[in-house]
Amino acid sequence: MNLLEKLDAAAAARKSLLPNGVGAFGIPIEEIYSATEARIGDRRVLLLGTNNYLGLTFAPECIRAAHEAIDKEGTGTTGSRMANGSYFGHRALEREFAEFYQCGFGIVFTTGYQANLGTISGLVGPGDTVLIDGDSHASIYDGCILSGADIIRFKHNDMVDMEKRLRRLGDRVETTLIIAEGIYSMLGDQAPLAEIVKLKNAYNCILLLDEAHSLGVLGETGQGLVEKTGLLKEVDFITGTFSKSLCSIGGFCVSNHPQLEQLRYISHPYIFTASPSPATIASTRAALVLLSKGSDLRMQLWNNCTQLYSQLKETGYLLGPDPGPVIAAILDTPQQALQLWQSLLEHNIYVNLILPPAAPEGKSLVRCSVNAAHTPEQIKYVGDTFSKLYNTI
Amino acid sequence: MTESNYDEIMQLLCDRLSGLTNSDAQITPETNMISQLSIDSIKLLNLIMEIEDTFDVSIPINALTDIHTVRELADLVHKIKSAS
Ligand SMILES: Cc1ncc(COP(=O)(O)O)c(C=O)c1O
Repeated sequence: MNLLEKLDAAAAARKSLLPNGVGAFGIPIEEIYSATEARIGDRRVLLLGTNNYLGLTFAPECIRAAHEAIDKEGTGTTGSRMANGSYFGHRALEREFAEFYQCGFGIVFTTGYQANLGTISGLVGPGDTVLIDGDSHASIYDGCILSGADIIRFKHNDMVDMEKRLRRLGDRVETTLIIAEGIYSMLGDQAPLAEIVKLKNAYNCILLLDEAHSLGVLGETGQGLVEKTGLLKEVDFITGTFSKSLCSIGGFCVSNHPQLEQLRYISHPYIFTASPSPATIASTRAALVLLSKGSDLRMQLWNNCTQLYSQLKETGYLLGPDPGPVIAAILDTPQQALQLWQSLLEHNIYVNLILPPAAPEGKSLVRCSVNAAHTPEQIKYVGDTFSKLYNTI
Repeated sequence: MTESNYDEIMQLLCDRLSGLTNSDAQITPETNMISQLSIDSIKLLNLIMEIEDTFDVSIPINALTDIHTVRELADLVHKIKSAS
C-alpha cells in the first residue's frame, strides 16, 4: 500500500462506522447566534457540545478589548515569542496568570495543545520518565512522545495502580514527571488530586496538572481542581487553555519553580510558532478578569450541570461518575451512539459524538457540555429530549 | 532469564491477543498485531499494562514504535524482564 492508499483505507474504515455520509465530525456551523445557539444546515440548534463553559464567547468586555487591540496593534504578530512576537499584552497576560494562581512564573503558548507539548518536552527528555493517566488528552501523549522520555501509563484515576507503577520505577522516580488532568474531557470526572499529591510527595516526583476543562469551572475564583481541593501549592506545574472557559485560543503554564523560565529557550512548541494575535491576547485578558470574578457564572453553570446530570441519570443513562459540565452518556455500540446523536440533532440539539478508540474502554459516547449561558428551559428541553429518546436506542 | 520464561511470555501474549482480536487468523510469533489482528492502539496500550503487572516490570509505551509482530513484543518484554 502506498501512502495515499493507506489514507484511502483509513477513510473506508471511517465510512463503515459512519454510513450515509453522516457529518458527525467537523459538522458545518453555518451561523453562530450566541453562546448557546447556532444554525446547522437549515436548523436553529441548541449548542450542547462546545467548551464555552462560562458562556463568554460574546462577552462585551472581551469583544471590545479584541477590537481595540486589532485597531492599535494589527491582526497578527507575525513572529515567535523568541523574536518579534512578545508584545506588552503577552507579557501582561503571563503576569496576570501567575498572579491568578499566586505563582511566581507564567508562560503563554499559542494553543493549549502547544502548552502541553512545550511544557512536557521542556521538563523531561530521553532517559527521564513520564507517568501519565491512561485517559490523558492527546496533547499530553504527544508532548510525552516529543520529549523522548519513557512513557508509563497508569489506569485512569486508579491510585493503587499508580503507586504500583511508581514503585516499579525504583530510583528512576527522581526524574519522573506525573501528569494528570483537573477534569477529564471524555467522562467529565475529576482526578483524585489529594491522593496523587500524597504519592508525588512520598516518591518525590514532579507533578503537572492540566486544568484545561476545570479552569473557570472549579474553585471559588475558578482556578480549577487545585483551588477546589486546596492543593495549589502542592502542584508543581499547571497548564491550561484559553480555548474553553476563556473563549479564545492559546494556552499557558504557571509554576512557582523559576526553572519554568528556561522553557522559553528550549521548548520548540513555544519558540517555533508565531505568538497569539493581539486580539486573542486582549480578549483573553478581559475574560480572565470575568472568570476570576465569575462566581455567579459558576453557580449558574453548576445549577445547569446538576439539573441535566440528575435528569439523565434518573432516565437510566449510564453516565461518568462525577456531575459537571462534561456529561457523557456511555453507550455500548457506535451504532447506538450514532443513532442517539442523530436523533438529538433532529430535535435541534447539537452534542458531541465520540467513537472508539477515542472513547475509553471500547465504549461510545454522546457527550454534552453544559454552560453558564444555558437557560433552565434549554436544559430542561435537552433533558426531556434525552428521556424521550431513551427507549429508541 | 531462562528459555521457559520466554515461552511463558510468548504464550501469554498469544492468549491475550486472541482474546482481543476479532480476526480468526492463527496467531504465530510472526503475526503483525496491527495489520493482521487489527488490534487498535488503545487495546495494545492496555495489554502493555497487563503485561507490566504480570511480570512486574515497567514497559515504556514509546518502546512500541518499532514493535509490529508478536515476536518483537515478546523480545521487548523478555529484554526488560531480564534487565530488571
Ligand atoms: C485536557 C486538554 N488539554 C489540552 C487541550 C488543548 O487545548 P487547545 O484547544 O487550546 O489546543 C485540550 C483541548 O482539546 C484538552 O481537552
